Amino acid sequence: MVDVLVIGGGNAALCAALMAREVGASVMLLEGSPKVWRGGNSQHTRNLRCMHDAPQDVLVDAYPEEEYWQDLLKVTGGLTNEKLARIAIRASSSCRDWMRSHGVHFQPPLSGALHVARTNAFFMGGGKALVNAYFRSAERLGVKIRYDAQVTDIELENGAFVAAHLAEREVDGQRFPAERIEARACVLAAGGFESNREWLREAWGQNERGEWPSDNFLIRGTRFNTGVLLRRMLDLGADAVGDPTQAHMVAIDARAPLYDGGICTRIDCVSLGVVVNRDGERFYDEGEDFWPKRYAIWGRLVAGQPNQQAYSIIDQQALGRFMPPVFPGTTARTLPELARLLNLPQTQFVKTIEDYNNACHVGTFDHTTLDDCHTEGLTPAKTHWARPLTKPPYYAYPLKPGVTFTYLGLATDETAAVHFDGKASPNLFVAGEMMAGNVLGKGYTAGIGMAIGTAFGRIAGVQAALCAGFGLSPVNSELQHAAV
Amino acid sequence: MQLFNPQVSRQLIPVLNLQETEVERQMTICNACRYCEGFCAVFPAMTRHLEFGQADIHYLANLCHNCGACLSACQYAAPHEFAVNVPKAMAKVRLETYTNYAWPQPLGKLYQRNGLTLGLASGAGLALFLSLTLMIMGNLFVAMPGGNFYGIFPHNTLALMFSAVFGFAVLALGIGVRRFWREISPAEAPLPLKTSAVLEAGANVAQLKYLDGGHGEGCNNADDEFTLWRRRFHHLTFYGFMLCFAATGVATLYHFLLDWSAPYPIFSLPVLLGIFGGVGLLVGPAGLLWMNLRRNPQQGDENQKPMDRGFIALLFLVSASGLGLLAWRETSALGLLLAIHLGLVMAFFLTMPYSKFAHGIFRSAALLKYTIEKRQPNPISAGSD
Repeated sequence: MVDVLVIGGGNAALCAALMAREVGASVMLLEGSPKVWRGGNSQHTRNLRCMHDAPQDVLVDAYPEEEYWQDLLKVTGGLTNEKLARIAIRASSSCRDWMRSHGVHFQPPLSGALHVARTNAFFMGGGKALVNAYFRSAERLGVKIRYDAQVTDIELENGAFVAAHLAEREVDGQRFPAERIEARACVLAAGGFESNREWLREAWGQNERGEWPSDNFLIRGTRFNTGVLLRRMLDLGADAVGDPTQAHMVAIDARAPLYDGGICTRIDCVSLGVVVNRDGERFYDEGEDFWPKRYAIWGRLVAGQPNQQAYSIIDQQALGRFMPPVFPGTTARTLPELARLLNLPQTQFVKTIEDYNNACHVGTFDHTTLDDCHTEGLTPAKTHWARPLTKPPYYAYPLKPGVTFTYLGLATDETAAVHFDGKASPNLFVAGEMMAGNVLGKGYTAGIGMAIGTAFGRIAGVQAALCAGFGLSPVNSELQHAAV
Repeated sequence: MQLFNPQVSRQLIPVLNLQETEVERQMTICNACRYCEGFCAVFPAMTRHLEFGQADIHYLANLCHNCGACLSACQYAAPHEFAVNVPKAMAKVRLETYTNYAWPQPLGKLYQRNGLTLGLASGAGLALFLSLTLMIMGNLFVAMPGGNFYGIFPHNTLALMFSAVFGFAVLALGIGVRRFWREISPAEAPLPLKTSAVLEAGANVAQLKYLDGGHGEGCNNADDEFTLWRRRFHHLTFYGFMLCFAATGVATLYHFLLDWSAPYPIFSLPVLLGIFGGVGLLVGPAGLLWMNLRRNPQQGDENQKPMDRGFIALLFLVSASGLGLLAWRETSALGLLLAIHLGLVMAFFLTMPYSKFAHGIFRSAALLKYTIEKRQPNPISAGSD
């Protein structure tokens, strides 16, 4: 019997597997996807939000615990567990040497991402390079890795893990029988349910216009996060945390692929222009705050609009000031022409832009500060970077909500244990998106998902190894200390 | 892709062909992602553009070293529907640039079936020197006292033949790379040459900086594992070649300045340089071939393997025949070995402007442009607001 069974193949799962293996436990990792799609949403990530009290290799200045915590408190609106949040924050200050020891490389912030040079450490090559490095290290250390191995059921006995079940399945035309895999301890790190269209529909329901909003959502992340294991655990009575409609959701290009659009589908020109809905009306302050602090609310904002659709409109003045989008904008020399091309009600659209233009109180435009360009007497207002859209050609980018990952998960504590009726399981642990909702009740801030996944993945791995009889080594005693 | 800057007239922008369009498509995706910026020079160079014209594509294609780091790290690689494979797309355009910038231009077609080209050139070189040997000596198995091969082919005959062919190769490559440079450095956006830029480009070429993966652990070959061996084998090949070249140069100086004629003793400078260079030129190409055979078939352009392997094989054979000649120069194998070595060297020089050799010249030019333009402010500072 294997000591530790890790279910999942993303960052949290790999961290758990590596930690457990490092202290001597035998480890098997079950990745539900084929090898080419391994890594879950981690393959689309790019950085880790890191606490640090002084400059550290790729990180400039300092980002102390308290500031990190306040940032998190702000984006979640208080829907967070302070104890667990602080564990993730503190772990982020010391985990990078361990990550490096498993082949992860860091680099200074990417061009166009200088605004996070202080807070976020970038993975060289992005998340897939990190996932590749972890898989290589796991293989070298003797972790048994299986692909196309989706777990469909968990066998419990009085809240203790007994075995995982794989249903009979077909892979590349070959049939595999159902399997039952026993282990002394288990870590669940198989992701959220964002790629499960039915579940999203059930969670989001029907709105007052009779629409099923989630039918228009795109999934930025992996197509394999269908939440099979999460649903099974909830059915088995595991304590849940979070609201099923809460997720890391951004407004992305409506032409993005249904799954795995990743980073390049984002539209970064919202704060440089205006955003209108299908009716040609504005609906939110595009200049409320710096874009990196606001990008994560626009997914929900667009989800609330008719047909879950919106358009980011800019004029020539914005060109070159934002990250180049992957799809070309719709271009027109005049506003009525743009309305026609976008199929928007022409009169309303032109009126919206003209009202906005007339309301702009132009001061000194400066996209690097919360400048004094704002609208007066307009609802909703645009409070910064408000410049009249008067320089053709005009460009429009269609927006849809893009779900990165869902926050509904399993309630846990500082040991990452799964709970049943408030009681911790002795040998079943949870990490990554399946428990991120403990820390992230809503909202998002760049790099926090990887911080939670790394911290709790490592804790879960240590705890699982511990209950399989593998004790503390100097490597993880520090983590233990932080965790308790 | 849609034009971003309406001020720029499209009329003078050449229409892209199929391979160039593919690079443009992929660079548009990469420019919106940028995760690979730390690996090499291609991606930082890319961020200086919002759109990609033909000259930009030719430049980026030659800047790419086919190290494969971006492919194994790519979230958009196949089976993703974006099917991004930068090393492959760049390799295809790169071959087209060798073809189109070749001088005289019609000979650029030799790149299309380059394995065959090298094979035929080697055959012709061997046939020439074997039949010349037969004509002069009446026999291939001739020994010469002290291994004096000038007894078969007089020094001045060889010097004339090879300097003519080598001179032509240098001229053809020079004209080709000049045309390339003019295209990637247009008059309206000249590249001001700075010493520091030239030095940095030289160091990047000499160290093969961009086969280090950006983190120093090397490039990808068979899979997502990093290896420094491709860089090491390339160093052995390149520096081995340069030592052999130096051996010839020193011998020429000895001959004309000191009136000291070959054959030289083992512990003379030309022979020592030749031995060390020759060993490098044996081990290096053998290693490169081994890596080439094990390379992930997705990395680079499969259709160019005959060109790569043909060139590697020719280098290996040049070196092996040269060392063989040294080893058995005092036996009756001298005549045959000399004819083989001279035939292969002739084939190498003849095909220099139409073989994989050109990659070093074009890539050096691209690297020079990179070190020059990185000293200028980025005209597009997208997102750094």
